[in-house]
Amino acid sequence: MNFTEEQIERYSRHIILPEVGGIGQQKLLDAKVFCLGAGGLGSPALMYLAAAGVGTLGVADGDVVDMSNLQRQIIHNMDTIGVAKVESARRTIENMNPDIRVNIYNKRLTVDNIQEIIREYDIILDGSDNFPTRFLMNDACFFEKKTLISGSMFRFDGQVTTFKSQDGLPCYRCLYPEPPPEGMVPSCQEAGVLGALPGVVGVLQATEAIKEILGIGDSLAGYLMIYDALSMSFKKVKVRKDPECPICSENATIKELSMYEERVCAL
Amino acid sequence: MAVSVRIPTPLRKFTDGKGEVEASGNTVTEVVDNLEANFPGIKEKLCDESGKLRKFLNIYLNDEDIRFMDSLDTELRDGDSLALIPAIAGGRF
Repeated sequence: MNFTEEQIERYSRHIILPEVGGIGQQKLLDAKVFCLGAGGLGSPALMYLAAAGVGTLGVADGDVVDMSNLQRQIIHNMDTIGVAKVESARRTIENMNPDIRVNIYNKRLTVDNIQEIIREYDIILDGSDNFPTRFLMNDACFFEKKTLISGSMFRFDGQVTTFKSQDGLPCYRCLYPEPPPEGMVPSCQEAGVLGALPGVVGVLQATEAIKEILGIGDSLAGYLMIYDALSMSFKKVKVRKDPECPICSENATIKELSMYEERVCAL
Repeated sequence: MAVSVRIPTPLRKFTDGKGEVEASGNTVTEVVDNLEANFPGIKEKLCDESGKLRKFLNIYLNDEDIRFMDSLDTELRDGDSLALIPAIAGGRF
């Protein structure tokens, strides 16, 4: 370990924790985490990972910052409205912690680019906002044998879990085999999200990632954490490996990546 | 059997905004039918035309997914807690 004086001061609250220490801090600095999305979930997740000293952060997003994002996407600000979200995220991270190397991917992830992009990272966070991307990321993580920390939200509800299909544990399709068909999901007019909700969900994802890197505590793998902001309650339920899972079971039918069609809702 | 059922945000339009409702039934199927009687329209969100559970929504009995028990035939005891948990994905679909 070769910490600078500044690093010893910056990470002192980690270094004095017996469960982290200098060795753990070095693990964090050596770790590579990829975050899909620099939106509601990616904002707090990336900021806490950067603050904690996770040395390499990758972030993919094809959108630009819009005024309507600022109600919850705290990595962006008034000065970056109109700027690519990944560029805006990089500026915030670099202002927070110069130790962090930020790789930005100013694009949507597709069947053609996702495996190559996630291959160089240790842990993947999903903070995407649509089902086709969520299933694509699950399938890509299965084929690339990557740990996937999944966060999702809708209105006042949040869900967080960790998938480690490479260790024989369940994947996203074990939990939800297929995305909802058209007409079975609430319309965009019914959507919306409470501003502080993604903070809770994204920070839980960051916490899982940091524990995973340090090798401490209990993983959410095999469990789903459900957060209900209105009743202010958490519920943890079991996630079982589905013996009929279309991708990770012995009876798998999915042998290569494909992507569900994304439905764009007209507002 | 009297059980409690947790209703997720997207389905609360059927329950007058209530996040938890009481229902009765000896099996999950009977509880679903009882919910439909009290909150018309909700069953279609849980089950497909053939009556099978939809693939993007799970029903938990306490902390266990009923797909890994006896699915909709799972028997219930007085005071059990059911939770309806749909896949959610953020603002876009």
